[in-house]
Amino acid sequence: MAIEQKMIDIIVEQLSVEKEKVVANASFVDDLGADSLDLVELIMAMEEGFDIEIPDEDAEGITTVQDAIDYVKKLK
Amino acid sequence: MRSLEGKVAVVTGGSRGIGRAICVRLASMGALVYINYVSRSSAAEETQKIIQDAGNRAEIICFDVAQGDAVQEAFKKMVADAGSTDILVNNAGITRDGLMARMKESDWDEVMNTNLKGAFFCAKAASKAMMKKRWGRVINISSVSGVAGNPGQANYSAAKAGLIGLTKSMAREYASRNITVNSVAPGYIKTEMTDLLDEKTQEQLKRDIPLAVLGSPEDVAGAVAYLASEDGRYITGQTLHINGGMYM
Repeated sequence: MAIEQKMIDIIVEQLSVEKEKVVANASFVDDLGADSLDLVELIMAMEEGFDIEIPDEDAEGITTVQDAIDYVKKLK
Repeated sequence: MRSLEGKVAVVTGGSRGIGRAICVRLASMGALVYINYVSRSSAAEETQKIIQDAGNRAEIICFDVAQGDAVQEAFKKMVADAGSTDILVNNAGITRDGLMARMKESDWDEVMNTNLKGAFFCAKAASKAMMKKRWGRVINISSVSGVAGNPGQANYSAAKAGLIGLTKSMAREYASRNITVNSVAPGYIKTEMTDLLDEKTQEQLKRDIPLAVLGSPEDVAGAVAYLASEDGRYITGQTLHINGGMYM
């Protein structure tokens, strides 16, 4: 649960969206209005927040809130 | 004018010549300046001393801009120690002059790696902290060779023209994060690089320059200072030519 909550906080902060919109299947680009540079910054914020490194090829596969949570869970 | 108080500046190739003048100028405006060098630590220490003797702040950091991993490490360290990298001046440059017909592949590669790829590595690393702060200045030191061409400098002018293209694409990509990216293109500036030219060439040069003198490193530093300051905030993707009128 901790990872989910923290991830949602990071997304809310980075993309300046309302918490209610950050649901599991929300797409960063289509549902949360992120542009390509927002995605880069979001990945950077995830790396910092969870103290992990996300290689570019993995970052490409992270397109929804659930993708991001799953990715971090796999590492932790 | 201490308008850069609280900012952290990184100047690659900052130990001597134009780089030194840029370090001194940005530090005099209140920035904490990181003087990067790769080969001559004594020159970097001298630059640091000039800055500190004037009551300003400078650190020295040694890394080769052409080594991507080393660049990344260095920027991580600077952000950890100083909190950010707000201003990046990509000044590090080398020459391997020679007529193209006789230019070796290694001459081409070395110049490209330091002068162009090095700027890419540094800008990529520095921009992370700038994006976070929603403020940044990247200033690439190009050259009149890059805009007008120069016999004997196919490699150098290609790299310096490349910097202008990099400047424009970066300016577009990062504008939404309040990061400006510009080039400064010096003409003939009195440094160790131009001291190597023989007297006849120097005389000919002066005839080609409407203002009829070589520029000083401080002339270039002034342009960099302007772009780095708040006065330059609405300028991005541009090239400022500091060349006494030799190319218009």
